[in-house]
Amino acid sequence: MELDSLYQEVILDHYKKPHHKGLPTGEIQVHHVNPNCGDEITLSLAIKEGKIQDLVWDGVGCSISQASASIMSDLVSGKSVAEAREALAQFTELMQSKGSLKGDEEVLEDAIALAGVSKFPARVKCALLSWMAFKDAAIQNGAIL
Amino acid sequence: MSSILDVARIKRDFPIFQAEMRGGKRLVFLDSGATSQKPIQVMDAEREFYSKHNAAVHRGSYYLAEQASEAYEGARARVAAFLDVSAEEVIFTKSATESLNLLAVSFERSTGMLGINAGDEIVVSELEHHANLLPWQQLAKRTGAVLKWFEMNPDGSLDLSDIDRVITPRCKVVAITHLSNVLGSVPDIAPIIAAAHAVGAVFVLDGCQSVPHQPIDIATLDIDFLVFSGHKALGPTGIGVLWGRAQLLEQMEPYLYGGSMIETVTMTGATWASAPKKFEAGVPNMAQAVGLAAGLEYLSEVGLPSIHNWEMQLTDHAIRGLNSIEGVKVIGPQGIENRGGVISFVIAGLHPHDVGQVMDQYGVAVRTGHHCAWPLIRKLGLAGTTRASFYLYNEMADVDVFLESVIGARDYFGKR
Repeated sequence: MELDSLYQEVILDHYKKPHHKGLPTGEIQVHHVNPNCGDEITLSLAIKEGKIQDLVWDGVGCSISQASASIMSDLVSGKSVAEAREALAQFTELMQSKGSLKGDEEVLEDAIALAGVSKFPARVKCALLSWMAFKDAAIQNGAIL
Repeated sequence: MSSILDVARIKRDFPIFQAEMRGGKRLVFLDSGATSQKPIQVMDAEREFYSKHNAAVHRGSYYLAEQASEAYEGARARVAAFLDVSAEEVIFTKSATESLNLLAVSFERSTGMLGINAGDEIVVSELEHHANLLPWQQLAKRTGAVLKWFEMNPDGSLDLSDIDRVITPRCKVVAITHLSNVLGSVPDIAPIIAAAHAVGAVFVLDGCQSVPHQPIDIATLDIDFLVFSGHKALGPTGIGVLWGRAQLLEQMEPYLYGGSMIETVTMTGATWASAPKKFEAGVPNMAQAVGLAAGLEYLSEVGLPSIHNWEMQLTDHAIRGLNSIEGVKVIGPQGIENRGGVISFVIAGLHPHDVGQVMDQYGVAVRTGHHCAWPLIRKLGLAGTTRASFYLYNEMADVDVFLESVIGARDYFGKR
């Protein structure tokens, strides 16, 4: 079923038990919405010694947006700003690939499970919502992304 | 009761139903609340206009321009006949959204009973689509007027218990939907219209979800303005309608300025043509108006009472089916009383976006999310709903595939 390429097992696992989800407590909190469907995310983080720390998010949304937020949080937490920048660039490219890319597991880890999303144009924004919130928060914390 | 439409025959007029969906599935189109599909008669009308009559209306001194004007004004006459009003009261806009913005901006610029000033009150309801909320909300912000609204009950009706506190002598405009685009509920507008008129306010009816689906009697409703969109009524995109009482249109200032809407122009001033031209600046959407007229003619030929009756049979079957599926909850009216052919529902634990995605695998086209009525969805404490909406080309078999796909969506996530 074509649907299984969208809803990979690992996505549903993250959806059911999202990681790093809680009440964001950082001084700088970003709030992003997807106006098409009403999905929302609030996110805060800190940058300590050049590394992404204390990333916490809260939000409502579909399985894709929630799983993507969970996967992204796992991926960038503890990483250097440079590594996060590379992951963000590769994930954005993957989402725009219309199914032509598989993604580099070395860089994207669990996020390659979201590759199937790129075949469903209406869902790409769901997957990108948390990543854009992360980018915004990192920049507001002084990172160059 | 001639309530069973010959849907098989009707469907043959809509070429879209020959298109294949994902995985080669046939199209089960349940999103007519967003836009309707188009019969070949509408496409032919547009093609004929461009093939035989295309020229800028109301301008050229040549034969073709006369033909174009005749086609365009003929379309206006058809719309007027459909609504049982006079043609001078029918204004073509690009959409129902534009019709409502036109009213709001025109009221802001007008004086007298229609003019909106600081301290005046504008009344809407929590049921409204953004298109019948934001023009009024922003008008209030610009002018210092006060926006008030009727609250919604959980069954999708309006709470009219404090009607005298909502509609006061300061009220200038009341704008309410005829049929909720989210819940399918039909608010009890008669007492609201009476209350508006009792304080000298005008009543604007958003007919987007009703005009294409059921007979409307403007005189009996006793409304002052009506808006609806062409593309929800078998017509093309890019065409909407505003109907207004002639004596009100006469007092109103224009919305857009430009060609065709003037009487005289100097370098320092201008006077306006009378309605409807006053509100139709620029070369209008001519082929689209002609297409809409063909769409309305199609609806009249099939018969709106029969269409409405059929939609309610489909809705009844769908609601009964949904209520029998464990984990599924219909939002809004639970039966077919006081509702139209629009159904919102949720599946426990599932986001509507995911529900719609699985239903798509069955060829079922539904709308998911907040349906451009975010305050309503918030009031219900939901992230969104999945919405099915019916029209004259839907078969009973479509409802069966729909119900099968809802179970499929529930089980797809439930079993994994």
